[in-house]
Amino acid sequence: MNINATLIGQLIAFAVFVWFCMKYVWPPLMAAIEERQKKIADGLAASERAEKDLQIAQEKATEQLKEAKAQAAEIIEQAKKRATQIVDEETTRGHAEREKIIAQGYSEIEAERNRAKEDLRKQVAALAIAGAEKILERQIDAAAQSDIVEKLVAEL
Amino acid sequence: MASEAYTTGDYILHHLTNATMCSTDAGFAFNEGCKDAGFWAWHIDTLAWSIGLGFLFLFLFRRVAKKATTGVPSKMQAFVEIVIDFVDSNVKDTFHGKNKLIAPLGLTIFVWVFLMNLMDLIPVDFLPWIAGLIGYHGFGVDPHHVYMKVVPTTDVNLTLALAIGVFFLIIFYSIKVKGISGFTKELTMQPFNHWAFIPVNFILETVTLLARPMSLALRLFGNLYAGELIFILIATLGVWQLPLHFPWAVFHILVIVLQAFIFMMLTIVYLSMAHEDH
Repeated sequence: MNINATLIGQLIAFAVFVWFCMKYVWPPLMAAIEERQKKIADGLAASERAEKDLQIAQEKATEQLKEAKAQAAEIIEQAKKRATQIVDEETTRGHAEREKIIAQGYSEIEAERNRAKEDLRKQVAALAIAGAEKILERQIDAAAQSDIVEKLVAEL
Repeated sequence: MASEAYTTGDYILHHLTNATMCSTDAGFAFNEGCKDAGFWAWHIDTLAWSIGLGFLFLFLFRRVAKKATTGVPSKMQAFVEIVIDFVDSNVKDTFHGKNKLIAPLGLTIFVWVFLMNLMDLIPVDFLPWIAGLIGYHGFGVDPHHVYMKVVPTTDVNLTLALAIGVFFLIIFYSIKVKGISGFTKELTMQPFNHWAFIPVNFILETVTLLARPMSLALRLFGNLYAGELIFILIATLGVWQLPLHFPWAVFHILVIVLQAFIFMMLTIVYLSMAHEDH
């Protein structure tokens, strides 16, 4: 344990080392560490924000999906209603049309029948006259006896 | 080898002697030639190893600092950052002020003292043997007169130099923060706040103040010197050193880190006390 000038040398070395460390070693390393800490903190904050955004977006999406589903259901319901309505309407119209056509048919048949009746009547009249002519063997003035024929026809 | 009988005592003494250099009237003298040099002798092994290790520390850390990236760090940078963060968190836990010096000071002390203590784990004969060979073959000196003490912290000059450096900083910051009057008041008006007690207070406080660097220096020196001495004693046991050296070395790993940490921590504590206004 002898104290000598080494003490002074070491003191100077110590001072120089501390000075160098303070000037050139500590600040850049500390700056790098703090910068990285900030970066990481920013990154974490950003990810947290993104997560929150994602949650909001998901909620929104769910809501929109629900809304869309409801809308779709409504549209389908409306369409069904409309379809039923159309079918009903068409059915009604068809019925009406059928009735009309049937009625027309009836009336046409009626007219046809009437015409045929008329024809028949006329032919019967002619036949009757012809028959009468044969019976009478003489010429009957068809026009003069038409009233008799008419009566005959009416009796048919 | 030496002509006279070389005893175990000589061996131990040889290991505990520093390589000394001094300048005499006849030029530079070494070792035995410096017996009368008094204060102006230099322990060149302590100086060389400590300054070399200091440069190693600064070189490694400066190299990392220059390439320091804020992105993904290299493994070396990660390691350096762990050390820096360790020191920084200790400083922040203890010292609550703004001071650009204390954290780098703590880092320098911690790493430097640790590296110097680490030299203790190199087998005790290894480097002195190489030095002896160089001395014998290179300079024709008897290897028993070539000294090489490789653990700088077992030299009280070094530990005292560190402690005195810290002591200067304590005084500097005490005066800077509290002013000369505040510092004087701290030395004279505590613990008994009465003018009649000024001499008593002064003696008490001066002892307290001086005890700090002394305890710092002697704690580190004592621990490492004792550890080194036990390594040397184990080395004298012949074949029995084999089972004994290993457990002591393992235990010593704890000691060297702990002593470096304690030196740093006490430095921070003393400096934070110097910053506190009573």
